[in-house]
Amino acid sequence: MNESSPPLAALRAQVAALDGAKLSDSRRFVLGVESLDHRLGGGLPRARLHEMFAASTEDRGALAGLALMLAICVGQGPLLWIRQESGVRAVGRLYGPGLAELGLDPARLVEIVAPDEAGLLRAAGDAVRCPALSAVLIEPMGARGLDLTSSRRLAVAAEKSGVTILLLHGVAEPGPSAAYSRWRVRSRGSARLDAGAPGHPAMELELLRHRGGVPGLRICLEWNRDELAFREAALSGAPFSLPADGPAGAPDRDRGGGDRLSA
Amino acid sequence: MRLAAVSPPALVLGLTPGLSLADARARIPDLAVAGVDPTADSAWLERIADGCDRYTPMVALDPPEGLILDISGCAHLFGGEEGLRDDLAARLARLGMAASSALADTPDAARALARYAHSSPSPLGEGDVTSTLKNLPIESLELDAEDGVALRRAGLKRIGDLAARPSQLISARFGEAAADRLGRIAGGRDIRIAARRPEAALVLERRFAEPIGRTEAALAAIGELARQAAHRMAEAHRGGRRFEARLFRTDGLVRALRIETGLPVRDVPLIMRLFTERLEALADPVDPGFGFDLVRLSVPMFEPLAPLQLPLEGGALAEGELAQLLDRLSTRLGRDRVRRLAPRDSHIPEQAMFAFPAIEAGATGSWPVQEPGEPPLRPTHLFDPPQSIDVMAGVPDGPPQRFRWRRHLHEVVLAEGPERIGALWWRRADNRGFSRDYYRVEDREGRRFWLFRHGLYGREAERPAWYIHGLFA
Repeated sequence: MNESSPPLAALRAQVAALDGAKLSDSRRFVLGVESLDHRLGGGLPRARLHEMFAASTEDRGALAGLALMLAICVGQGPLLWIRQESGVRAVGRLYGPGLAELGLDPARLVEIVAPDEAGLLRAAGDAVRCPALSAVLIEPMGARGLDLTSSRRLAVAAEKSGVTILLLHGVAEPGPSAAYSRWRVRSRGSARLDAGAPGHPAMELELLRHRGGVPGLRICLEWNRDELAFREAALSGAPFSLPADGPAGAPDRDRGGGDRLSA
Repeated sequence: MRLAAVSPPALVLGLTPGLSLADARARIPDLAVAGVDPTADSAWLERIADGCDRYTPMVALDPPEGLILDISGCAHLFGGEEGLRDDLAARLARLGMAASSALADTPDAARALARYAHSSPSPLGEGDVTSTLKNLPIESLELDAEDGVALRRAGLKRIGDLAARPSQLISARFGEAAADRLGRIAGGRDIRIAARRPEAALVLERRFAEPIGRTEAALAAIGELARQAAHRMAEAHRGGRRFEARLFRTDGLVRALRIETGLPVRDVPLIMRLFTERLEALADPVDPGFGFDLVRLSVPMFEPLAPLQLPLEGGALAEGELAQLLDRLSTRLGRDRVRRLAPRDSHIPEQAMFAFPAIEAGATGSWPVQEPGEPPLRPTHLFDPPQSIDVMAGVPDGPPQRFRWRRHLHEVVLAEGPERIGALWWRRADNRGFSRDYYRVEDREGRRFWLFRHGLYGREAERPAWYIHGLFA
């Protein structure tokens, strides 16, 4: 046993070297939820490709929100959001006041609208080679997503330049890719505020894959704009736990009682 | 329908402009006709005017079919005034254009000679021009038909007849404009023509004795000119934010390539990279035709640019890198596709922000700040225009209970509103306009939307329409 461990350690070191530079803590960004950051080994690494999928096309609002929140967590530098014309048609233009209310200074952001996926990939290839950027958000609209070659190309360029890539898949299903981590995001009912108003942005995240070997996990997060960090969503007050046959006009009913709803 | 213009063979057959099409067809049954296209005509005139830029920067349009060139001080480059005119005529002939041209001391005299002199006054001395001008028919004044007839009846058939008379009489009878035109045609009164383009800060050009047929060679010539331009700009501590390369074809047509940068530059590889990018991004590739015989690079405006000192920490360098990236993407995709967002002071949601090309110096302002602890009240994505939805509400002016958007039924469980946003009624002639009642809603699956009812129920609209305006995170 003892004899076999030195070669094993050497092999491990070799694999680590192949896997790219060793990730120090300074090259990671934290999401703000201690339990999650701990399980991820101190947050997600910068200068890597992180991929996120919308659970359904209806969840693209949450998908965009998650990407923005992660971009805020990554750092303070300039951001590029590379989109496709069909994407702008499907989910709308970026709206500055809303971004500001999420905690992102819109002045940091440049929105790029490519006419098609080829243009998007080319722009993305140029953008990830620019070390002045903090993060690049790429939003392809193809039903098949990026292929392994193009995602590998982006990931390698990102490792060199130090740019974090956030890849948003609104329609595509997970396929082979060179992403460091892969998430699926689903909108989640927010903690209800007074008078039945929707609360802070909330979403359910599922870790599908992590190159660091973190097993899959599922967590509900809420965005805390004031601290620019995530926090774990409260379990109570989840509107999707309402009985299915309950009155649809929740706001009407809420005028009577002020208490939190639960099943 | 009438004939607007006829070709020379048709003229021989006896057809004239103004003849009705039915008459013309009766005379010549297999007559080929095409519709008049004034837009294409003026575009073509613009292209010819672009080609004339090779002679002088002072080119003015004289629509619908004329051009006026101010060749003061330029003619010697082309073998004198006659040489220039022959060169121009040869190029136009190669394009298949029939043109008449004239040289004179003032723009109006040249115009009148080109249009109304019957015999082309080709080799003219000083005295000949004056006598030809005096022999022009009075139609060259381009007065009303009535006034023209009146002049002819009075026996004044030539410009000379009129020019001999005191101008007060002419302006009293035919108006100030007529006397003015007469003065400008025959009286030697000079006016400056308005050039189509302002003069550039720096213009460099290279002529080729033998036309070059390949675009790559033209690009190399642009590179050579860019090097000279960079040298000149470095001496003056200046940089350019716009560069324009014009490739003049031998047949007189021109292809222009324009690039733009966010920060002033004079870095030759950078400039050339953008030109290459621009060439690749062209929807219709550059066609050298019979070759280019003149390549010109102009920098419309200089901006201060001190010699660069590399900072130790690399901060300015990083900023420059981002600017270069944005330049490149703007050149490739078009400047309106690479944009930043800026706030605008308006309570109408879609006007509270505008997007401007990232290549332009940014209008910055502060975005509205929210109370701590509040959830976002504005969506991250906005539909432009808002999309129509079917909504069921408990009461006509209450919050929505369920709505159908993109064939999907959403059950509203949480809603906040209405946030009433009034129309800009003071901007409208009828002082009206629909208010909007905005609701922030969350459906059963936890998706958050921004909906509004267009028009107040009962007061502004009988059945207010509903729209979805944005998506929340």
